Amino acid sequence: MELFVQTVVSGMLVGGLYAAIGVGLSLVFGIMGLTNIAHGSLMILASFFVMFFSRQVTGGVVTALLLTLAIMALIGALTQGLLINRVLDKGPESALLVTFGLAIIAQNVLQLVFGADYKSISSPFASVNVIDTRWVIVSGEYMVNFLVSVAMLLALHLMIRKTRLGRSIRAAASNVVAAELMGVDTKRAYIYAMCLAMLTGSMGGLLVGQTFGFYSYSGMSYLIIAFGVVVIGGMGSILGTLIGGFILGLAQLLGAYFFGPGVQVLVGYLALLVILALRPRGLLSNMTRK
Amino acid sequence: MDGALMTVEGLSVSYGDFRALHDISMRFDRGSIVSIIGSNGAGKSTLLNAVMGINRKLSGRVVFDGADITSMRTSAIVAKGVTMSPEGSSVFEDMSVHENLLMGAYLTNSRDKRARMTERAYGLFPALREKSGQLATFLSGGQRQMLAIARALMSDPKLLICDELSLGLAPVVVNDIYDRILDVNEEGVTIVLVEQEVKRSLEFSDYSYVLVKGRVVIEGRSDELSEDEVKDAYFGINKYA
Repeated sequence: MELFVQTVVSGMLVGGLYAAIGVGLSLVFGIMGLTNIAHGSLMILASFFVMFFSRQVTGGVVTALLLTLAIMALIGALTQGLLINRVLDKGPESALLVTFGLAIIAQNVLQLVFGADYKSISSPFASVNVIDTRWVIVSGEYMVNFLVSVAMLLALHLMIRKTRLGRSIRAAASNVVAAELMGVDTKRAYIYAMCLAMLTGSMGGLLVGQTFGFYSYSGMSYLIIAFGVVVIGGMGSILGTLIGGFILGLAQLLGAYFFGPGVQVLVGYLALLVILALRPRGLLSNMTRK
Repeated sequence: MDGALMTVEGLSVSYGDFRALHDISMRFDRGSIVSIIGSNGAGKSTLLNAVMGINRKLSGRVVFDGADITSMRTSAIVAKGVTMSPEGSSVFEDMSVHENLLMGAYLTNSRDKRARMTERAYGLFPALREKSGQLATFLSGGQRQMLAIARALMSDPKLLICDELSLGLAPVVVNDIYDRILDVNEEGVTIVLVEQEVKRSLEFSDYSYVLVKGRVVIEGRSDELSEDEVKDAYFGINKYA
């Protein structure tokens, strides 16, 4: 029984992190209809940046993270402004191929520069247990992952729902011509959206880099987690992404609890298939695209 | 009426080898209501997209309030004082009525002005005030059309283009909306009505242009044009086809 409670708690905690991994993918799809294949690889690029800066330049994770966020936002703006915006008019397929190319470039450059070894980012919270009872043990690291992820998703949700910038992004997502007629530069709104996706992805990169470690090709496995989360929750819905993260995390860990750790990933994706069969558009999908 | 607020001079638009608009010239006098009448495929949407800067591949000139706005970005054109209520009353479905109105004032930085414009919009269409917190997707067809017009007016335009106001709406609803358009015109806003329906267009406008296959085939004061003459041209029955 203790193990079951522990499993549920761990599933929720890791699910929060999964949501942080998926939300950038969801945002970009909801707003410009683009499936960003490079999402995972760019996330891992951020992991490498944080690792490199904290070891070689700044000495601390926080300043390294700030530097990384700035660089990743810039990469997002340039990628969107110079590459994706130019091909988006030709339909989502061309843009998808661009992101596929980006993923391959990011992976290979990382392998050339950093080699193929596993890396990790040190976490000051790793060795502390914030909850330590007979029923449940939660490490500081998992708790921080969870809290940072949930706070980030809520902040993003409020930003998209309540601010002028958020409204302009939603307008561009809902109807490009009507948004342009209001005076919204929809291509610029896409750039902002991609920057937001990069910022959340970088946070995800930091957290998985601290918790699980990474190497140059890790991006693809995180892309698959992101897909799982977003497909369960519904493309384009931030709260849906959070719920999707919880479901995928819980399904994986409960799968491991009932059937053994060997099948945990399989059970996670079986849950995805079941939800997809019942609700083909995902649980919540509130950004209607035309 | 004192002179032209907007003129379109020798406007042509091509899509590849297909020429959608041939050398269009139009004049929109200050404070007037001008109708542009044409069937599907006559080039109405092409014309509006060119004027609003949505399609910027064109030849010819568009001059608004003394400034050449040809090939300007849409946001710059809206900032100058031209606005459009798009065809099919395409409102932002997943936003509330109030948020839709706020989008209309996207370029307005003054909070006071936004509040004033919102009051004007609700004053013009009281039905929208009652629905202000509801998602636009739950509005009726007529309410959507009202919202699209109200949203366009939020930028405090000098010229309002209404693309197919009457499309898919019951005649009694259309009459109501046209009456509101007259109210807006009374406030000094120049109106462009883009319509398929001949009778109502002639009735409500001061001047009319009839567009057939990308050309202006008839133009004149609306009270001097006969409905039959326009319809003949419109349906391509005679020499204009």
